[in-house]
Amino acid sequence: MAKKAPTASKRNKPVATRKRKPKVADVVVPEGFVWTKKDLLGLDELSAEEITYLLDTAESFSEVSTRSIKKVPALRGQVVGLLFFENSTRTRMSFELAAARLSADPIIFTSSGSSVSKGETTLDTVKNIEAMGVDIFVMRHGQSGAPHMVARKTSASIINAGDGPHEHPTQALLDIYTIREKLGSIAGKKVAIVGDIAHSRVARSNIIGLQKLGAEVVVVGPPTLIPNAIAQMGCSISHSLDEVLPELDAINMLRIQFERFGGGLFPSIREYHKLYGMNNARLAQCKDDVLIMHPGPMNRGVEITSAVADGPNSTILRQVTNGLAIRMAVLYSVFQAQGLLREQS
Amino acid sequence: MTKLLIQQGRVIDPASKLNKVCDVLIEDGVISQVGTVSPHHARGATRIKAKGKIVCPGLIDVHVHCREPGQEGKETIATASAAAVAGGFTTIVAMPNTSPAIDQHTSVDFVLHRGRQAKLARVLTTGCITKDRKGEELAEMGMMQEAGAVAFTDDGTGIADSKVMQRAMQYAKMLDATLMQHCQDPTLFGGSMNSGPIAVRMGLGGIAPVGEEIMLLRDIELLERIGGHYHAQHLSSKKSIELVRTAKKDGLTVSAEATPHHLLLTDAACMTYDSNFKMNPPLRTAADVDALRRGVVDGTICCLATDHAPHTQEEKDLEFALAPFGIVGLECAVSLYAKALIDTGLCGWETVIERMTVGPAASIHSDLGTLKVGRPGDVTIIDPELEWTVDVDRFASKGRNCPWNGWTLKGRPTTTIVNGDIKFQLEK
Repeated sequence: MAKKAPTASKRNKPVATRKRKPKVADVVVPEGFVWTKKDLLGLDELSAEEITYLLDTAESFSEVSTRSIKKVPALRGQVVGLLFFENSTRTRMSFELAAARLSADPIIFTSSGSSVSKGETTLDTVKNIEAMGVDIFVMRHGQSGAPHMVARKTSASIINAGDGPHEHPTQALLDIYTIREKLGSIAGKKVAIVGDIAHSRVARSNIIGLQKLGAEVVVVGPPTLIPNAIAQMGCSISHSLDEVLPELDAINMLRIQFERFGGGLFPSIREYHKLYGMNNARLAQCKDDVLIMHPGPMNRGVEITSAVADGPNSTILRQVTNGLAIRMAVLYSVFQAQGLLREQS
Repeated sequence: MTKLLIQQGRVIDPASKLNKVCDVLIEDGVISQVGTVSPHHARGATRIKAKGKIVCPGLIDVHVHCREPGQEGKETIATASAAAVAGGFTTIVAMPNTSPAIDQHTSVDFVLHRGRQAKLARVLTTGCITKDRKGEELAEMGMMQEAGAVAFTDDGTGIADSKVMQRAMQYAKMLDATLMQHCQDPTLFGGSMNSGPIAVRMGLGGIAPVGEEIMLLRDIELLERIGGHYHAQHLSSKKSIELVRTAKKDGLTVSAEATPHHLLLTDAACMTYDSNFKMNPPLRTAADVDALRRGVVDGTICCLATDHAPHTQEEKDLEFALAPFGIVGLECAVSLYAKALIDTGLCGWETVIERMTVGPAASIHSDLGTLKVGRPGDVTIIDPELEWTVDVDRFASKGRNCPWNGWTLKGRPTTTIVNGDIKFQLEK
C-alpha cells in the first residue's frame, strides 16, 4: 500500500481529457495558520484547512508514542476533565492517554454513581467541575447538541467525544487520518459508510469531514436505517453493497446500535448480514488495496466477519493507534486557543 | 352608571363589517354606542383618546396553557390572565392538560373560579375528551359543559383510537360542543423537531408532518359520517391546510388554528439546539409557513391562537431532546401576527382581527368577539405603528421560554378593556 503519494508530481500531470473528472487536490494548510477555536463541537463547524491542520498536527504527535519516554510537556500543569455521561471504553481511554502524553492530568467523570443519578442536570455538573478550575472538557453525551449547550453556557473548552447520533468529530478525524496515511490523500477518494446511518454520529462526522476534504461518500444500508434526507448532506445513497464495492477506496463498517432503537428496523441479523455484512466474498469484489475500517466496538459475524476484520485490508487497530495522535492534536490545539483567549481578556 | 368613551380610533369590527374612524361608548360594561357619540351621551364618561389607533373587539385566544392546577411553577391562571391582557386578549381558553387534567366538572369550576378571582381577562376553559387524557374512556363532557366548559380536547396528545374518537364525535354532536384535536398520530411520533434534512444533520429524531395529516384525515372521514363541529388545533403542515380547505368545501363544520411560531419560524431555527425553538407540532419548512399564511388569509384557518405554553427556565435549560415542548406567546402575539401577515402584504388588520375575534368566538360557540351594541364591553386598542423590543424579563407571564426575545416588532396593543374596565394600559 502506498505510504505517501507524491502530490507535487500528481499536480504537474496534465489533465488528459475534459470529460474525465478533474483531479481534486488535497487541502493544504496555509502558512502562518493559527488555530483559534476554543471548542471542537463537530466537523460541521470546521473548514477544510482546520481539519487538515488537525491531521497535520496529529502527524507530528504520532511519533511521541514511539519514544521510550512517551510524553511531551505541552500541557504540563493543566487538568483535562473527561465527562462521560454515556459509556465508552475506547474513546475515554484514548483521550485519557492523550492527555497524559501531553503531561496534563486527566480527571474522569462517569454518570453512573455521580450526581446525575441524584437528578443534577448536565449543565450543573459541568459548571461544578469548571468551578474546580478545569478549563478543558472532553464530553460524551447521549443527547445530540448537549456539548453545544454546555459550550454556549460555560467559558470552558468543550471537545465533543460523541453526542447522541449527531457528531463524533475525533472519530471521523482519526478515520480520515488513517485513510490519508494509507492511501496518501483524501481528495478524489470514494468512501462507503455501511450500516446504521440513522443512529450513527460516526457516519455524520465522516460524511461532513470527508466531503470537505474532497472525497466522495456513499452511504449503504436498508432504507429503514438511512434517512432519505441525508442525501442533502451531499452524499449518495445506495441500498446495495455489492453494486458499489468495486469503485470504493475505503469501506467504513458501522455497528448496528441496537441500544438506540427498539428494533424492528430490519427483519433479522441473519438477513442483515447476508445483505450488508462484509466477508471475504465481498472483499474479493473490491479493489486490492481497499481499506476496511470499523470505529468499534465490532459485532463480529454481524456487520463484519472475523476473517475480514483480522485480515490484511483491515485498518481497525491502526485506527485506534491513530486516534491517540488525533486526540493529542485536538487537546493541544484547543488548549492553545484557550491561551489566546486568556491573553486577549 | 359607569361610562367609558373611546374616541376617534379606527374602529374595526369584522362581525359587523365595520371599519371607520368613530367612537365607542361602553355603559355599565356593555357596548352602548358605536359611531359619533353626542356630548350628551358622553357626559361623565372616562375618556380614552384613540386617534391613530385601532379599536377592535377584545381579542380571543382559544389555545392557552394556564398550567393550573398542578404546574404553578410554570404559570398560574392569574399570571396567564395578566399576560393575556398585556397582549391585548380579553378572553383566553385554558387547555385541560393540567395536573390533574381538567376532566370533570369540579376542575372546570376551579379554573373558572380562579379566573374570576384574577379579575383580568375572561378565563374560559376546555375539558378533556377522555378521562385523564388517556384516550380510552370518554370524560363527563355533559357535566363539564354544564359547569361551563366551552369545548373539549385532549390537547398535548391526539385521540389515537379511532373507535374512541368516533364515540367522542357522536357524543359531542349531541351536546353541540366543539371537539378540538391535537392532530398527531402517536405511533408516528418519535422525535423533538421536524423530520427532514436539518433533523438528520443535527442527529435529532424527527416528527414527520404525516403524523398530523393522517389523524386529521381520519377525523375528517369520521366527521363526514357523524357530523358536528371539529376544530383542528395548531396546524403546521401544508398538506393539513389542503385537507381542511377541502373538508370545508365539502360542507363540513371544521375550524382550524395557526400559531405565531408556525407562521414565522422554520426548522432551521433549531440549528443551535436552543430549546426555545422546540414545540409540538414542530417548526416546519418555509413552504409550510407560506401555506399556513395563505390559509389564514383565505379563511381556511379561521383562528389565530398562540398555544401559549410556559415552562420554567430549568426545564428548558436541558438537552434539546429532553427539554419540554412549547413556548409562550400571549404578550407578543399581535405583533407577530402583524409581522407574518400584514408586513408581508398578505392581508390587512381587518383580517388579522377577524381571525382573533370572530373566528375564535365561532369555534367555541360564543357571542363574544364583536362590538355590536348590547354585547359585553370587551375592547382592545392597538397602536399599529408602535415599535418595541421583546424583553422576556418584562413579561407578566411566568414563562421566559420565548424565541422572539430581543426581536424588534411593530404594532402592539396599548389598552385592554374587559367588561368596560381597563385591565391593561401600556406604560408610555
